[in-house]
Amino acid sequence: MSVAPAEVEREEAGLDAVPDTPWVTIVWNDPINLMSYVTYVFQKVFGYARPKAEKLMLDVHHRGKAVVSNGTREAMEKDAEILHGYGLWATVSHDR
Amino acid sequence: MSGAPAGGAPDEEETTGAFRRSRGRVSARFTAAQAVILRNLVSQVAELMGAGADPGAAGPAAAGPAAAGLGPAGPGEPGLSLDELAAAIGASGPTSPPEDPVLARLLPDAYRDDPEAAGEFRRYTEQGLRSGKVAAAQTVLDTLPAGGGHVRLRPDDAQAWLRALNDVRLAIGTVLGITEDYEDEMEAASWADPRSAYLEVYHWLGYVQDSLVRALW
Repeated sequence: MSVAPAEVEREEAGLDAVPDTPWVTIVWNDPINLMSYVTYVFQKVFGYARPKAEKLMLDVHHRGKAVVSNGTREAMEKDAEILHGYGLWATVSHDR
Repeated sequence: MSGAPAGGAPDEEETTGAFRRSRGRVSARFTAAQAVILRNLVSQVAELMGAGADPGAAGPAAAGPAAAGLGPAGPGEPGLSLDELAAAIGASGPTSPPEDPVLARLLPDAYRDDPEAAGEFRRYTEQGLRSGKVAAAQTVLDTLPAGGGHVRLRPDDAQAWLRALNDVRLAIGTVLGITEDYEDEMEAASWADPRSAYLEVYHWLGYVQDSLVRALW
């Protein structure tokens, strides 16, 4: 798995532009969750259209992880909690 | 992640265990053997999640009303035990992780490099997460007849099934040490391999779950 993926670097670079929302929820790849299920969960939890949810799923699958949402710390913890309920491996991150 | 597993259990009728949508509901038919296996595994996850759900209480009632009626597989039910599988695999493995990897996967840390934040998050969320998983398992037990048969799910129940099936797959997959190439391993596993029966069941559960996702789409 990649230690410093493009998504996180972009968040760091864009920190000045979004000072109030530097928190992100990250979903990590795992070999068990089905690709169809992960796509469905992204649609269900975030209300994303299927193409966007599929692209995110493929990002997770091919890059090892992907940022699935960003916002306040509280909002990201809520997202992680919901994703854990679906069995996805989600973490909250704040990029310094 | 894993792609869609092909086919159902080889010695069952092709259509059993596959969800379809009809008249706004999703439904599937399960054989008695399939129902027994599924109920057994779902019960084990519920037990695992129910244990410790309420550290302030003691005894079987600790997990709350949702856990009522759950329990170990009844006498006469086939013995698919996650504990036994773990023991069988552990006997040949060199290491033993300090924490239960199944628990760690079902109740993951929300912070990777900040144990304090992870602990704080866990303090506020773990009990709810555990009881949600117990409730999802209970929905499967409530809607899947012990003798098999037709299952027709309301939307909320279908969501619970999705999550419960996923929890069971996470539990078995973690114990088996599943990789994205597991289907090759399944082909290669001999009958003597204690994992072979579980690999078959794991594969079948993926098939059922994938059919449910596709029926809901």
